[in-house]
Amino acid sequence: MVYLTRVEHFNAAHKLFNPAWDYEKNEQVFGKCANENWHGHNYELYITVKGNPDPDTGFVVDVKRLSLLIKEHVIEKVDHRNLNIDVDFMNGQFCSTENLAIGIWNQLSPHLPDKVVLHCVKLYETPRIYVEYFGV
Amino acid sequence: MNKKVAVFRREHFNAAHRLFNPDWDDATNTDVFGKCALPNYHGHNYELEVKVVGEPDPKTGFVMDLKKLSDLIETEILGRFDHKNLNLDTEAFKNLNPTAENIAIVIHDLLRPHIDEKMDLQIRLYETPRNFVEYPA
Repeated sequence: MVYLTRVEHFNAAHKLFNPAWDYEKNEQVFGKCANENWHGHNYELYITVKGNPDPDTGFVVDVKRLSLLIKEHVIEKVDHRNLNIDVDFMNGQFCSTENLAIGIWNQLSPHLPDKVVLHCVKLYETPRIYVEYFGV
Repeated sequence: MNKKVAVFRREHFNAAHRLFNPDWDDATNTDVFGKCALPNYHGHNYELEVKVVGEPDPKTGFVMDLKKLSDLIETEILGRFDHKNLNLDTEAFKNLNPTAENIAIVIHDLLRPHIDEKMDLQIRLYETPRNFVEYPA
């Protein structure tokens, strides 16, 4: 079994807030991240898949194909977007990095080629903050 | 003998913005600014490097006390821009397109009055890890 990782990146705006709470409560819980008019990040996305190298190619997966799948199903939907407003797969969810990683997993996993298994979605919100989601 | 030394302080802030020219229609803005013109904003982790150049003070050995520079950046820059929408939440970009170029000029002009005029000041601003600008050039 070999783990293979493709790194992509996108920029997006978001804010953290709970619509069931008033402004003060949101600011108390989410601090500056609750700023009404949004803020934003350069997200770095690490997609790790696992599998055995194909005997004919030596590849777990053709990384060019993996890159195109990530671009089509994830990057095209989130890059230069407002995560709270513009992204269909985040509708009705809090746009935390945790939830975004889960959303990206669900976007991508159905489209991977046979015999290639998604292992980890690792998502950096800033160079110092990241989350990992393993699908369970 | 020239004993000028450059000292640097690195800081960072996150902000939303969009690039557009209000004098142009949507098609022209999209043509020029691409995805950066999308109406609901996007955002960046900005990395800021502030460079001060001068001769060390003989009494302290400092070009500039970096703690004071840090506090100055915190007050003048991060307090204004961190976790804000540059287009909507800041005076500086009410009527100025918040490109990395313009942000660097604005940061320079906000800091300049607070730094000894004998010192040179230069701003380097990273909008992404691969896109950055410097002012003055």
